[in-house]
Amino acid sequence: MTTILTAGLSLKPQYYEQAQACRADGLWFEVHPENYLVAGGPRLGWLERIRAEHSISLHGVALSLAADCAPDAVHLERLAALAQRIEPALVSEHLAWSTWRGAYHPDLLPFPRTDESLLRIAANIGATQEALARRIAIENPSHYVHIDGHAWDEIDFLAELARRTGCGLLLDINNVYVGARNLGYAAEEYIDRFPSEPIMEIHLAGHTPDPNLGPALLIDSHDAPVAPEVWRLYERLIGRIGPRPTLIERDDNLPDFSILLAERNIADAVMRASLAEVARP
Amino acid sequence: MSTSLGRFQDDFMQALFAPTEDATFEMSSLVCQPGFSVYRNTVMKGCIDALQANYPSVTRLVGEEWMRGAAAIYARLHQPQDSRLFYYGERFADFLARFEPAAELPYLPDVARLDRFWSESHAAHDEAPLNVAVLSGLAPEVLAGTVLHPHASARWAWFASGPIYTIWRRNRESVEDDSEIEWRSEGALLVRAQETVEWMALDASGCAFLDACRSGWPLAEAATAAIAAQESTDIAPLLARLLEAGAFSHASVANETQ
Repeated sequence: MTTILTAGLSLKPQYYEQAQACRADGLWFEVHPENYLVAGGPRLGWLERIRAEHSISLHGVALSLAADCAPDAVHLERLAALAQRIEPALVSEHLAWSTWRGAYHPDLLPFPRTDESLLRIAANIGATQEALARRIAIENPSHYVHIDGHAWDEIDFLAELARRTGCGLLLDINNVYVGARNLGYAAEEYIDRFPSEPIMEIHLAGHTPDPNLGPALLIDSHDAPVAPEVWRLYERLIGRIGPRPTLIERDDNLPDFSILLAERNIADAVMRASLAEVARP
Repeated sequence: MSTSLGRFQDDFMQALFAPTEDATFEMSSLVCQPGFSVYRNTVMKGCIDALQANYPSVTRLVGEEWMRGAAAIYARLHQPQDSRLFYYGERFADFLARFEPAAELPYLPDVARLDRFWSESHAAHDEAPLNVAVLSGLAPEVLAGTVLHPHASARWAWFASGPIYTIWRRNRESVEDDSEIEWRSEGALLVRAQETVEWMALDASGCAFLDACRSGWPLAEAATAAIAAQESTDIAPLLARLLEAGAFSHASVANETQ
């Protein structure tokens, strides 16, 4: 397994050629594995060619770990085969559900954090780590609604999952910011309280105000540059925990590759600055 | 599921697709929050975006607004069964054939079928196309008993209803061509022998020939089927064209794989 401590970018087909050719130091790429779980074809070929030059992270959106059922065995098998082929540096999934009773709903859906859901999700993470024969990272989701039945605080819930299963955590700072704004909690306090040790990866992304409700409801849209407030939270976190693999996550309204690379360089600079701080006598 | 997590998920699903006032008591505090619509919108957008991406020729023909409207109706009827949204819309052509607003565009379902062929061909498993030299060395009587197996990425169909291939191609290739299309039956072959899906017109005899090959018939019988479909068929150039397109993966003789 490769170790990466630098910043990476979401990889989209539009960027294949530039991604393969780019020689930026430590640059890595993240893909949604669901787009590569195919029998054959040019996409897999592209991923392999880019893998020959850069580290790859597989960021799943469809394992549906928080559904009250085991992860789909065929999906897991395909994911394991892809991981074997690509040898990713990181594999991650979400604290959410999307597949229920055979239908896939392309979103990351919420659930009440209870003892019961903790047991179920821990079992599902365990099954996934066993199938992949590796540690995975679990991402904190964005929030849009208050749910009455939470028995667990989100950070405690994630930390407990990490403790029980040995999984790592993926801290999405934009999700923290969006959730804090939508549900009315302090993003800084969340970032400060998040346990450092299990963080395997950090996500940074853009958000947009809801087209009808405006800034009262922020959408985790991944279609805009990282917001200044999110950069400030990132600096605050890195200042506390030091460098971790950081992704500039962009899925929609895709800009020129060079623009994403510039955002990625900001994250790299934040991490270098934190190292310089540590090195100072 | 009888657990509370499972019940939550059943109720959430019901609330996602039903009107707000139909939500269960447990869900009512969720659905009345403005943020709940984010989940409704995101799930629908994911399905609609996927259908639009998977059916580009249909979209170009009917326009984005019409396509997204039709896709929203399809998504409510047929939720994705596979998280690989690249495969979503398996029944979209059949849906269009019964979709009242599409009745004025009788060619639309078959154009959708060709878009679907493209997706299937694109993601089919990789295999080397049949090397022509394998056939050229065979004695005529051996050749007659040889079975040619269509390539994993080969998709073909004969459309008796109209010039589907021409309509599809103009839209798939985004050709700015408003010239009148001659109204006649057409067929098409899509195949990805290497990296890129290629397409070509294929007449009724070519389609019958490939159908026979897919059924495992030897070359002599496939040729008979081709001639039955179109009496004037000249087998040698047809076979040469198919071989050049990479339409076959391998040949076997008298039930033995070569």
